[in-house]
Amino acid sequence: MPLTDSLRDDILASVPSLRAFAISLSGNGDRADDLVQETLLRAIANIDSFQPGSNLPAWLFTILRNLFRSDYRKRRREVEDAEGNYAKTLKTQPAQNAHLEFEEFRVALDKLPQDQREALILVGASGFSYEDAAAICGCAVGTIKSRVNRARSKLSALLYVDGAEDFGPDNTVRAVIGGNS
Amino acid sequence: MKEAKKQGGLNAEIQSRIGHQLRAMYDDVVRQGVPDRFAELIRKLDGPEAATAAQGGGEPDKNNGGS
Repeated sequence: MPLTDSLRDDILASVPSLRAFAISLSGNGDRADDLVQETLLRAIANIDSFQPGSNLPAWLFTILRNLFRSDYRKRRREVEDAEGNYAKTLKTQPAQNAHLEFEEFRVALDKLPQDQREALILVGASGFSYEDAAAICGCAVGTIKSRVNRARSKLSALLYVDGAEDFGPDNTVRAVIGGNS
Repeated sequence: MKEAKKQGGLNAEIQSRIGHQLRAMYDDVVRQGVPDRFAELIRKLDGPEAATAAQGGGEPDKNNGGS
């Protein structure tokens, strides 16, 4: 369909969630914004192939996801290095608990296989239905469901393997005091 | 909000914590809104041809490739 003003507005309205998706996938703000920019250019260049009345956010997410995946293949080694260094710098930071917990989550998320990570984000954060997520990822609905389940259990193993009490206030206090065990 | 079911207690609690963290991370970015560069980009591009040219890297009138 032609690029009408209302379609332009709709694309613009999708930008915040496209950025969130891109950052969740790539773990890197600058790279995420490059991905979003490329997604927007590509979307507008191919706007004729967008079916009026179909799900615009899902269409845009599909473009972004495909761009990320082709980009990822090129950059895999670079990304892995960055991840390793990132994890190392975390270990040396003081225990600012909320921040640390957030970073730990981020690092754990990055450890998931890409298929599982994107499925979890689409369903658990972007709020897409399993059906839309399957369309975005080009796979069966059942595949998305099992990826989401595996992602969840892997994350809980990575983050909470010693039990939820690890994150209780007592541990925070102990860590700040200097750990008397 | 639904309470976590007793059955599978810890697991349900962990799942809900994971859900919260995931959305917190995501919504943090969503709340930043639309950065100016993207608002401008979308306003500026007139349609397929302009976007294709911009993608090609800055020679707007050299791009005659139809689709």
